[in-house]
Amino acid sequence: MKIVVDYARCTGLGICESLAPGVFEVDDSGDLIMLTETISADDLEGVRQAIEGCPTEALRLEP
Amino acid sequence: MSSGRHLVVVGASLAGLRAVEAARRSGFDGRITLIGAEPHLPYDRPPLSKTFLDGEDLPPFRGEEVLREELGVELALGAAATALDIGARTVRAGEREFGYDALVVATGAGARALPRTGGLRGVHTLRTRDDALAVRRALDAGARTVVVGAGFIGSEVASAARKRGLDVTIVEALPTPLVRAVGETMGGACAALHARGGTELRCGVGVSAVEGDGRVERVRLSDGTVLAADLVVAGIGAVPATGWLAGSGLTLDDGVVCDETLFTGAPGVYAAGDVARWHNPLFGRHMRLEHWTSAAEQGAVAARNALDPADAKPYSTVPYFWSDWYGARIQFVGVPVTDEVRVVDGDLAGERFVALYRAGDRLVGALTLNGQPQVMKYRGLIMRGASWAEGLEFADRRRAAAKESV
Ligand SMILES: Cc1cc2nc3c(=O)[nH]c(=O)nc-3n(C[C@H](O)[C@H](O)[C@H](O)COP(=O)(O)OP(=O)(O)OC[C@H]3O[C@@H](n4cnc5c(N)ncnc54)[C@H](O)[C@@H]3O)c2cc1C
Ligand code: SF4
Repeated sequence: MKIVVDYARCTGLGICESLAPGVFEVDDSGDLIMLTETISADDLEGVRQAIEGCPTEALRLEP
Repeated sequence: MSSGRHLVVVGASLAGLRAVEAARRSGFDGRITLIGAEPHLPYDRPPLSKTFLDGEDLPPFRGEEVLREELGVELALGAAATALDIGARTVRAGEREFGYDALVVATGAGARALPRTGGLRGVHTLRTRDDALAVRRALDAGARTVVVGAGFIGSEVASAARKRGLDVTIVEALPTPLVRAVGETMGGACAALHARGGTELRCGVGVSAVEGDGRVERVRLSDGTVLAADLVVAGIGAVPATGWLAGSGLTLDDGVVCDETLFTGAPGVYAAGDVARWHNPLFGRHMRLEHWTSAAEQGAVAARNALDPADAKPYSTVPYFWSDWYGARIQFVGVPVTDEVRVVDGDLAGERFVALYRAGDRLVGALTLNGQPQVMKYRGLIMRGASWAEGLEFADRRRAAAKESV
């Protein structure tokens, strides 16, 4: 599974980081960076929550 | 999940939409009806007091085809629910009656209106798309603006007016704004942004009259001041939309009271979003939040639990909200009830700061101004039940790392 970020929508609010800190991080310039490309089974629930919690609907999972 | 069951969701906004989507995602193949008082398809609210006021467009969350065809939702829009019968398991909306097997109550909250404005034109609240459009038109016309209430929405309206170079005054009855949201010290620190943004903020003074001939012309304050105004926006809070539930047998006390699974106590009935006062296990108490993130998440949880009560999951969260003022972003995580607030980065008079909240020996909250890279790290700490010492230690490490990288 791969995460796709629509950077045009992402406003760097960072909810995703609090729900899946191993996967997402808002860096010092306020931009979202991905810490990993592949999602481990451990991270999957957090990533699902991040997708639900993202206020701009910028996140998507692709098989 | 056997088909033939009927999920009814009352309230067609964020929590309601997420309820519908989660139901389908969990494999529910029965009927879904979404009942909404507004004629519009579900749309997002935070932009209404932000980019929408600047003139940006706001499409609905989902198109009508997506709702009807992909999600298989029957829409009953422009139809406010008026009664719930928990014994017969029916919801009444206008002339129609809907039987349900599972029900999600997601009617949100309604803006509190200024009393005694006598239906004057130019006096608005800001909760719906229609409200925001009216406010935007007035701003387009260069209105002299008076905002009543220095909360988040009022402050965002003031900020939007200033962005256009308009004169704007905020009138706030309390000596310090935002005390309930972020506490006294930090309420003051946020309020200081208004002066820097060119907005006049008058605290500790009430509105005694809003006057005009057909449309608003002036606002009289309790200290005798008279402010000329073409537009008055009241941002004086919201009231949970539970009127239609009076006499239903649900427990109503500043919202629909629920347990930690968002269950209302009436068979099949769950609540979500601004209307729900549920037990948040993470803080061991009941809370009603008016925040985007919890409304979205609760909508999904409520629907899944309503459809599968035997396997109902609790919903716990570290409350989170953001607000955009004068190009700066305020973010808060946690709860503002505290024994101590400490600024651990930046300073209150500057462009950015991080302040931590302590209750006993626990870290319970963090407020940041332009602290996007940090705020969620504190949310993570609070979620894990971090101690105050751990919070401070983390802040020390961040500061040290920042120094090194300079
Ligand atoms: C202008 C504005 C700016 C905001 N900015 C932020 C922000 O920056 N950050 C943040 O975290 N949160 C913000 N919020 C809060 C956030 O938008 C809400 O928490 C969220 O919309 C709650 O969703 P909800 O679905 O529970 O309720 P609501 O969005 O209130 O929706 C409830 C829906 O139910 C309908 N309804 C009511 N009664 C009935 C009835 N009897 N029958 C049928 N339908 C009914 C209403 O018409 C409404 O459409 C803002 C809110 C506003 C108004
Ligand atoms: S939650 Fe959404 S908007 Fe916020 S940083 Fe993550 S992807 Fe971007």
